[in-house]
Amino acid sequence: MSDIKRYKTEPLKCWGKAKELRANYYKEYKEAKSKGGICWSGGAEAIDVIPYAFGDDVHSLTAEPYAAAIAFDPEFAHRCESALESKGWARDMCAYMRNYWGSVLIDEYAFGGPFPKPDFNLQSGFCCTHAKWFQVLSLWEDVPYFNIDIATIPFWKEEFPNRLQYIVDQMHESIEFIEKVTGRECDDERLIEGVYNDSRTTSLWAKITELNQNTPAPLDEKSMYSLYVFTTLDRARKEFVDFYEELYAETKDRVDRGIAALATERFRLMSDSQPPWAFLRVWRYLEQFGVVSTGSIYTIGLEGVWDIADDWSLTPREDLKSRGVELKTRDDALRAMADWHMRRPIYAMFYNADWKSKLMMQYAKQWNCDAAMLHLNRGCEGTSLGIMENRAALIKTGLPVLTYEGNMGDDRDFDEGRTIARIDTFMEGLGLKKLT
Amino acid sequence: MFTQFKDWYQNRHDYAKDWKARTGGKVMAYMCTYVPEEILYAADVLPVRVYGSHEASDLTEQHIFGMYCPFCRDCVAQVMEGRYDYADGVMIAQACLHMRQVYSSWEIHKPTEFMYYMPFPIAVESPHARPHLVAEYKTFIEAVEKWTGKKITIDDLDRGIEILNKNRELMRKVYELRLLDNPPLTGVECMHMTSSSQMVDKREHNQALEKLLKELPSRKTDRETGIRLMIVGSECDDIEFMDMVESLNSTFVADDHCTGSRAFWNSVEPEEDRLLAIAKRYLERPPCPTKDTTKNFVRFHHVMEMAKEAKVEGAVIIQQKFCDPHEIDIPLLRKRFEDNGIRTYFLELDVTVPIGQFKIRIEAFLEMLRADELPF
Repeated sequence: MSDIKRYKTEPLKCWGKAKELRANYYKEYKEAKSKGGICWSGGAEAIDVIPYAFGDDVHSLTAEPYAAAIAFDPEFAHRCESALESKGWARDMCAYMRNYWGSVLIDEYAFGGPFPKPDFNLQSGFCCTHAKWFQVLSLWEDVPYFNIDIATIPFWKEEFPNRLQYIVDQMHESIEFIEKVTGRECDDERLIEGVYNDSRTTSLWAKITELNQNTPAPLDEKSMYSLYVFTTLDRARKEFVDFYEELYAETKDRVDRGIAALATERFRLMSDSQPPWAFLRVWRYLEQFGVVSTGSIYTIGLEGVWDIADDWSLTPREDLKSRGVELKTRDDALRAMADWHMRRPIYAMFYNADWKSKLMMQYAKQWNCDAAMLHLNRGCEGTSLGIMENRAALIKTGLPVLTYEGNMGDDRDFDEGRTIARIDTFMEGLGLKKLT
Repeated sequence: MFTQFKDWYQNRHDYAKDWKARTGGKVMAYMCTYVPEEILYAADVLPVRVYGSHEASDLTEQHIFGMYCPFCRDCVAQVMEGRYDYADGVMIAQACLHMRQVYSSWEIHKPTEFMYYMPFPIAVESPHARPHLVAEYKTFIEAVEKWTGKKITIDDLDRGIEILNKNRELMRKVYELRLLDNPPLTGVECMHMTSSSQMVDKREHNQALEKLLKELPSRKTDRETGIRLMIVGSECDDIEFMDMVESLNSTFVADDHCTGSRAFWNSVEPEEDRLLAIAKRYLERPPCPTKDTTKNFVRFHHVMEMAKEAKVEGAVIIQQKFCDPHEIDIPLLRKRFEDNGIRTYFLELDVTVPIGQFKIRIEAFLEMLRADELPF
């Protein structure tokens, strides 16, 4: 064992801050109405800077991370899932949607008390569940609902003005919708500030994850799952920008000082799709072999915004202010925001297996990965689109690939023993033995 | 009377190959009924919708994860088997994730000279979808012109619209006959008619429909109508299944699925801007669940209107396994039916249909419906 190189490790200094911010987020949503504020809900794709423009007492509940929080507590998740299944809904639908719906049906908030009904739902979507998720919820909750269709080809691939205009037009209409249902006026100055913040948050996350290209990796993916969530919660909030500034500086410092996430790092993985939230301990199991999971196209590109070059190489996109983009009007702000978010690599997952394969190959190259571990996720059709084609493409490049079946939100679809056995066999094939 | 339609349906690939040989034209294999066929007819291209074969295949596992729907898996199997090798082009009008995967795998493994992904809007009720879709049509036309080398004129578009509208109008007339107390056709025959319309040159299909409509109203069938059923759900060309149901003293008199009425129900209303007219037609057609996303629940209203008009006694709700959009709709839709006094039975379909098991279940459903008529 003395031959094994050991890197210095340190706990993340801002870890406590992350926990506090997350707890506050869910508390603020719950208490918004009692404090005279507004609460609304939508998915991670929702353009949350729009409600942000209606005041600092407007609080959101982002559906996917909320559903992931439910999944992390299997007992609660089972009650949510059972409630839905007993009403006739299939258990193979989007697992996040099922957890969220179930929480509404049993009227329990994952963070205590009854489920706080939103004042309205605002969604955006490009898969076949996003919009329908809130269609049904809005019926049950009897609240107003607006969906912004963002199912256009991603801009980083091909640029057509009508596609941007379509989204911008809907964004304008969504402002009118919120004005009508809340009786408030949109504060355009706040909207502009929020757009700058949003672009800073999502650019910073890309920069933070870029640092994981270093060896040793300063962050491990299990921790990244807790840190990336702020890009999905309320991206425009100043406290999230500040947190990522802090995290970026700290991660950079770790790189400069050679601080590792895993002391025994000797093998680097890339993953794919959302993880099975109830079984994140699998990532710790990998560490016993000296394996660090550096991230994935999903982790870096769900909300992180990147410049994607013709050769598919990935560079964090500088935020709007750094790029010198001047926003003077509401239309400027909405247009810039639509253009910004359509550049996320996540689009490749939901559209085209070949694009995603190219991005994954590029990821493996830039992040110096030795192998890939792909989650055949029964809980999300979107991130599973083309995953078998991705597997074949990666193998063709010579990268060893392990697949395992699971479900991000429903632990009943995950066989932990079998997955561990597959990992053991995979590691054996790679010549890796447990270090401890 | 329906032999021609059945023959086209069963020998679709032979037909397409023969059509190419006869006309020298190009064939576009397409996925999803949101593809604007008017534009393809204007370009003298034959649109052929991609269907499965209902045969078990071991060719899909390496391409598609197991929780994707059987229809998309079956379609990929057809592509990998080389059954669509005659296609000169392949396109998709953006639909569900599953069909996006079919397009993706096709593009990777069997690319044709023309591959096209049309980002059809999801928010079909949004006023902003119209100009967006018109712009997409313009882009599409430019691509098709480049591919075929043929300029598409207004007259060409009018011709495309006329061919499609004629087909829709004639099939609507056939559907009116399904409303009669004793419909002169079965659901299976209707299915052969509607499915074949998505596979053959609609000009020939129209001729066959005109001939059919001369004879059909006076047709005397040697079967009882029995219980009037509606079939509702996702893609359905499960002829064997429908045949089995109709062998149990029942008749499908209405349908809402994309191999049936949903694909042709409304027509293009003429207006100066042809592309806007076409766009409105597709945006306002009875929606696929993927595009029925507002609190208006347009699809449910349409389905219930059809059911009432056809005096439906029971509805068979079918779903391709793992189809999320339908799975989301089904419990709410069943409730709508039940609230309107129409009982429903739900079945999940795979590539092959377990006829024996389904027969027992359907028999029980029909018996339940008949129980209301018993004198006790």
